[in-house]
Amino acid sequence: MSAQRRHGQRTIATGATAVAVTLLAAGLAGCGSGGGSAADPNGTLVFGISADPAQMVPWTATSTQSIQVLSQIYSPLLNTDAEGVPEAGLAELPKISDDGRTYTFTLRDGVTFSDGSALDSADVKSTYERIMDPASSASSASYFASVAEIKTPDPQTVEVILKQPDASFDSGLTAVNTAIVPSDADPKALETEPIGSGPYQFKSRTPNESITLTRNADYYAGKPGSAKVEFRVIPDEQSMVSSLKTGSVDVAIFDNPVTAKSATSGKTESTTVDSLSYHVLQLRATSPTLKDRNARLAIQCAVSREDVIDSAALGSGKPTGPITSPEFRSDADAQPCPEQDLAKAKDYLAKAGKPDGFELNLMTSQGLYSTAVDEAQNIQAQLGKVGIKVKVEALDSNAYVERWLASDFDAAIAMNGGSSDPNTMYGRYFTKAGSFNKVAGYSSPELDKLFADGIATTDVAARKPIYQEISQQLVDQAAWVWLFTPELYVVADKGVEGLEKRTDASISTLWKASVS
Amino acid sequence: MEGVGLLSTTSTLARVGAVGRHPGARRAGEAVVTLLGVSLFTFVLLRVVPGDQISAAYGTAAGDLSPAQLRALESYYGINEPLVSQYLGWLGGVLTGNLGVSTTSHLSVLSMTAQALPITIELAVLAIVIGVVLGVPGGMLAASRPGRARDQVSQLTSLVALSVPSFLLAAAVSSWLVDTIGWYPNGEGFRTLGEDLGLNLQQMLLPALVLGISIAPPILQTTRAAILTVRSEDYIRTARAKGVAGRRLQVRHILRNALIPVLTMSGLQFGFLLGGALVAEQIFAIPGIGRQVLLGLEQKEYAVVQSTVLVIAAMFVLVNLLTDVLYRLVDPRVRVE
Repeated sequence: MSAQRRHGQRTIATGATAVAVTLLAAGLAGCGSGGGSAADPNGTLVFGISADPAQMVPWTATSTQSIQVLSQIYSPLLNTDAEGVPEAGLAELPKISDDGRTYTFTLRDGVTFSDGSALDSADVKSTYERIMDPASSASSASYFASVAEIKTPDPQTVEVILKQPDASFDSGLTAVNTAIVPSDADPKALETEPIGSGPYQFKSRTPNESITLTRNADYYAGKPGSAKVEFRVIPDEQSMVSSLKTGSVDVAIFDNPVTAKSATSGKTESTTVDSLSYHVLQLRATSPTLKDRNARLAIQCAVSREDVIDSAALGSGKPTGPITSPEFRSDADAQPCPEQDLAKAKDYLAKAGKPDGFELNLMTSQGLYSTAVDEAQNIQAQLGKVGIKVKVEALDSNAYVERWLASDFDAAIAMNGGSSDPNTMYGRYFTKAGSFNKVAGYSSPELDKLFADGIATTDVAARKPIYQEISQQLVDQAAWVWLFTPELYVVADKGVEGLEKRTDASISTLWKASVS
Repeated sequence: MEGVGLLSTTSTLARVGAVGRHPGARRAGEAVVTLLGVSLFTFVLLRVVPGDQISAAYGTAAGDLSPAQLRALESYYGINEPLVSQYLGWLGGVLTGNLGVSTTSHLSVLSMTAQALPITIELAVLAIVIGVVLGVPGGMLAASRPGRARDQVSQLTSLVALSVPSFLLAAAVSSWLVDTIGWYPNGEGFRTLGEDLGLNLQQMLLPALVLGISIAPPILQTTRAAILTVRSEDYIRTARAKGVAGRRLQVRHILRNALIPVLTMSGLQFGFLLGGALVAEQIFAIPGIGRQVLLGLEQKEYAVVQSTVLVIAAMFVLVNLLTDVLYRLVDPRVRVE
């Protein structure tokens, strides 16, 4: 839809006639778009987002909205398939040398940026080097931690030489915050005028309101389905629902099943999408309350994940173990207590020398995602059954982030974004040198060695048992209590065709969709 | 003794320079002090609440930043400098017309405000019109037979209107419209008055109605009380005695005098609306100044929040000043002072 409805200009006297005007205007709008069903190549797809994108330079992108918008404007070197596994993008899948240290990429012919300049190996090298330069504060710098050198033997070839083998390296090159920008682009200028090689190009932006993109007819992967994509900022969830129902927004993604349900009508349909992210009860093993493994295991056994899903997440999600990457997924039931087992929990409490339970501070956030506070309260009730008295601290998102980063908590409800590579998911949390090890509070020499082994080979079959072992150690130690992978709801107008269903909830293939 | 000391200090202050002499200049001086106070208060509050622009933009991923990256970001956001120089730097900018730059959209706060402010003013004007249209006749109705049925009904209605939170009213009204008529103009991209008058008024209608309903009760109560007070004044009795009656008595003598406190109350409400239309702007996706502050707060955009709050405060001061002036025009007795 979304040929914008234009109503004739009319002068309306406000005041006493306000109510009459409501009815009049409503009557006018009532005879809005009817809708044929053929895809309209000149149509505008309106995508509803809840906040203005916070970053416009790809390597700084961290917010969901930034990533959603920038993945239309920019292309990374590799893409992911619907399951999140790397596939060819701007380059073919790399040839990896036998020692696992040299990745050779061959770039596609004839790709251009939206300013018309050709995309070649120099652009790739300069983008990656900017990411690695601390001065650019790139959120994606950690993907390049093992890179020693980048060579450009010819305009179509990029060679990346690693300090040591790193099997998770190429999965990082699928992220939009490693997307390629022109080597001569001024980062300052990119903040207001992005130049990429994605399916759409930047047209205009009204802060806190909308960002409009137009089709890149030269997009290397095919012709984008809609002539324009408009990202419209609608902070209020109920307004988003209303906008979908009346057809002024074509697509929006919700994490709240109730909201998603209320947005589903004769005009829209809702698709459930799995995601790589996971909800988890983080136990900080270095906190005095939780340093005894038995105390942590008592918590693990006292928590019913199904109960958390049913009550707090309204049935929306599946129980999970640590690793959610499709190729390496953990068995959700391979843990000391796959189901809630209060007797076993009491045994562990006795072993911890606290048969009557103990007090636990549990931090959660009010702003980060819709079910966080309910999850904390549900866990509070469950742990209460074995005498663990939980004090829930519900913080606003900024305060939560600050306390979390300072490792100033015993336990925390968190939702982490997963990754298609398990090393990317957990290397930084559970290795001694990991940037988040202080927050996670748990590491061991065995885990350090396993994580090192896990990236020493790129052979998936050889990596699988290693990550299975890592996953097992994490749950046996009750480093955290892994709860569930949430479901997301893509609610779309029935006139939208070609919207791809993806496990990573990414909208990087939104360009395939068209509107009628 | 203390009292005397205080008094002499005040009068000394009043005597300093021309500020104390001309009432207009004194008002201007007070306004400057008020605005400085507001700006300092906002600045301090923003720094006291947890988190900064880095944690707002990066979330927990901020923990992945190396010390060198952190330093680069701090200097990018200008939060590596001492607080005093941050404040003075920002204030210096404001005095030269530079309200700072949004770190998310990279637009100047001045241009963002120039877009957002007229929208909020329009919304506030519509809301105040609706508030007055509902409140003044309601108050007149209530006052016409105090204590009787129509008084009780209008008082009860106004109590209900006052008690229903505007976010609830907004959600109820809009979902009712969507589900019954399938009409929701606020889902469209926002249009300003100049871009599309018809759609603009449709988009403004619901938020203005919700705001108008929320400010009608105090206007109704003030009107009612003022009419009852005025009616018992000596000069009304005199007028009656001189044979003035009917419409002439109601309008020229009672209503005109009763409108003075109503005017003050409306001015006050208007001032609040300029800063307080936040909920309605958020719910109905109106890109006004309230939403600018709210989204700025979420992203910890110091320049956006500080400058926008200052603009709102300045508007408030200005509205109060205008109310005073109007007050003097309507009520000649005040002019003598």
